[in-house]
Amino acid sequence: MSARFTTTALHRIAHGRSGDKGNRLNVNVIAYDVRHWPVLLAEVTAERVAALFAHRGVVQVTRYELPRLGALNFVIEDALEGGVNSSLGLDTHGKCLSYLVLGMEIRVPVEPGGGLPLAPQLQTAR
Amino acid sequence: MYRIGSGAGFSGDRVDAPQSVVASIAAAGQGGAIIFETLGERTLALGQIARKHHPERGYEPLLEDLLEPVLAQCVANNIVIVGNFGQANPPAAAAVIQAMATRLGLGALRIALVEGDDLTGRIDLAQTERWDGDGRLPDLEGDVIAINAYLGAAPIAEAIRAGAQVVVTGRVADPALVLGPLVAHFGWAWNDLDRMASGTLAGHLLECGSQVSGGFFADPGFKDVPGTADIGFPIAEVEADGSFVITKAEGTGGVVDLRTVKEQLLYEIHDPAAYLTPDVTLDITAVELAQVGPNRVLVSGARGHAAPPRLKATVSFYGDWLGEAEISYAGPNALARARLAITTINERIRMRQLGVRHRADVIGAVSAFDSDEGDLLVDYEDEAPGDYRVRFAFGSNSQRAVEQAVQEVNALYCCGPAGGGGVRQSVRPRVRTISHMVPRDLVEARYRFAEHHP
Repeated sequence: MSARFTTTALHRIAHGRSGDKGNRLNVNVIAYDVRHWPVLLAEVTAERVAALFAHRGVVQVTRYELPRLGALNFVIEDALEGGVNSSLGLDTHGKCLSYLVLGMEIRVPVEPGGGLPLAPQLQTAR
Repeated sequence: MYRIGSGAGFSGDRVDAPQSVVASIAAAGQGGAIIFETLGERTLALGQIARKHHPERGYEPLLEDLLEPVLAQCVANNIVIVGNFGQANPPAAAAVIQAMATRLGLGALRIALVEGDDLTGRIDLAQTERWDGDGRLPDLEGDVIAINAYLGAAPIAEAIRAGAQVVVTGRVADPALVLGPLVAHFGWAWNDLDRMASGTLAGHLLECGSQVSGGFFADPGFKDVPGTADIGFPIAEVEADGSFVITKAEGTGGVVDLRTVKEQLLYEIHDPAAYLTPDVTLDITAVELAQVGPNRVLVSGARGHAAPPRLKATVSFYGDWLGEAEISYAGPNALARARLAITTINERIRMRQLGVRHRADVIGAVSAFDSDEGDLLVDYEDEAPGDYRVRFAFGSNSQRAVEQAVQEVNALYCCGPAGGGGVRQSVRPRVRTISHMVPRDLVEARYRFAEHHP
């Protein structure tokens, strides 16, 4: 039986945070559930992340894979319109920009019961 | 086991956060340390300017708010205080702390200063290389305010070994604030690279304060955080082998779990196999995380490689003037009126030949994600009635040109599209920074004890 797929926002299955150093931005993308690690690998490519930032003049994105963490780390060059001390933008640190990545539409396997993966709730300590 | 907590993750953090951290470490009865990371690239440049104008200033402005409520408890419970709150003027910060101690009846404290980061006037920038992360930023021109190198943990560790109760630094690598006390406590060798890596990793996780314990994390329905108004700042419980548990202050809000630790683990990391610090090259690719109790995550597996041959230094310059002005449009056809305000201002800037860099955001439609050219706004198709705020920004080396551009936004009150309201405006000078790589032999990191004047 082949898996059926549906589309959703990356935000449904992953969380992340962005950080700045100079004019370089990094965005980490972390699967809530390690079952979705292959989805991250296949769907959230450096090319697709670069396309999200193309309007800001970005041409170079490096993707680092962290399988033990179920995470990807993207280093996005020249994404910050000059960085915190020279940008004219509102968010000079790029702190909002993790959500530009998390808004990406991706293909995910349909859940066994049908439909999208459930929105994750607060993990209680085990 | 050694407890080390965080009291601040940036200049401007919650000033009451250190209190529950110190109370938790004190309650455990074994002493420890608390670190304060309050120094960004911009903050340091502002400190340097403040010191130029007032020789007794240039340290963290919130220093007394942060420290005064906890100083007596730290001294009484053998909790070492380490902070880069010295900013551009560690001796002035030390004097303020001693005055605070005297006020509190604590007598003379052993306060150490870490110095050597300030390279202003001592090196020739032409003989150093730019840091590659600044990419295509243009070379900066104009007057250098300061050059500050990121120092490592050695002077902090030496000061604590010599009996310091408070260590005041200027620019040091953020994780060094944590690695220093750990090296002093455990006596780790500087060439024990895996332990240097572990201590640096503990520092990386603590340096942003609550970002590892539920701060900058909540996303309702997806990542819920209890008690966001009272998030407990983190504490690391470090073992002699370098492994550690990240937890948080007792009786507080917030959360420490695999998700919060993962987000902070990768925060501001570039190559996860090579996070460069003055003390070690940290490799986190084999790090293991385990939830070992409520709000307790065990971290192990950091690996260390040789430290890089050069130190990063921040070069700050007097920058341009930034002008900002905002105006609101609401109700039917509001977005079309907002767009017309933008094209009107663009045309006014051209007509008056103001020569300023400029940008406009439509808050409510497209702002933080857009480019200076407004590419996303051009393609924005939802023209529904709404409540939009147009925010203009202008940059120039000419204060007058920026003031004139801002005044054009104010003039929209009478001359702009219908129904524009709520103009707010500001013009302020900025500093700019760029990073250079400096050979280590040009930097002399050292500590000394502050002299107390009765």
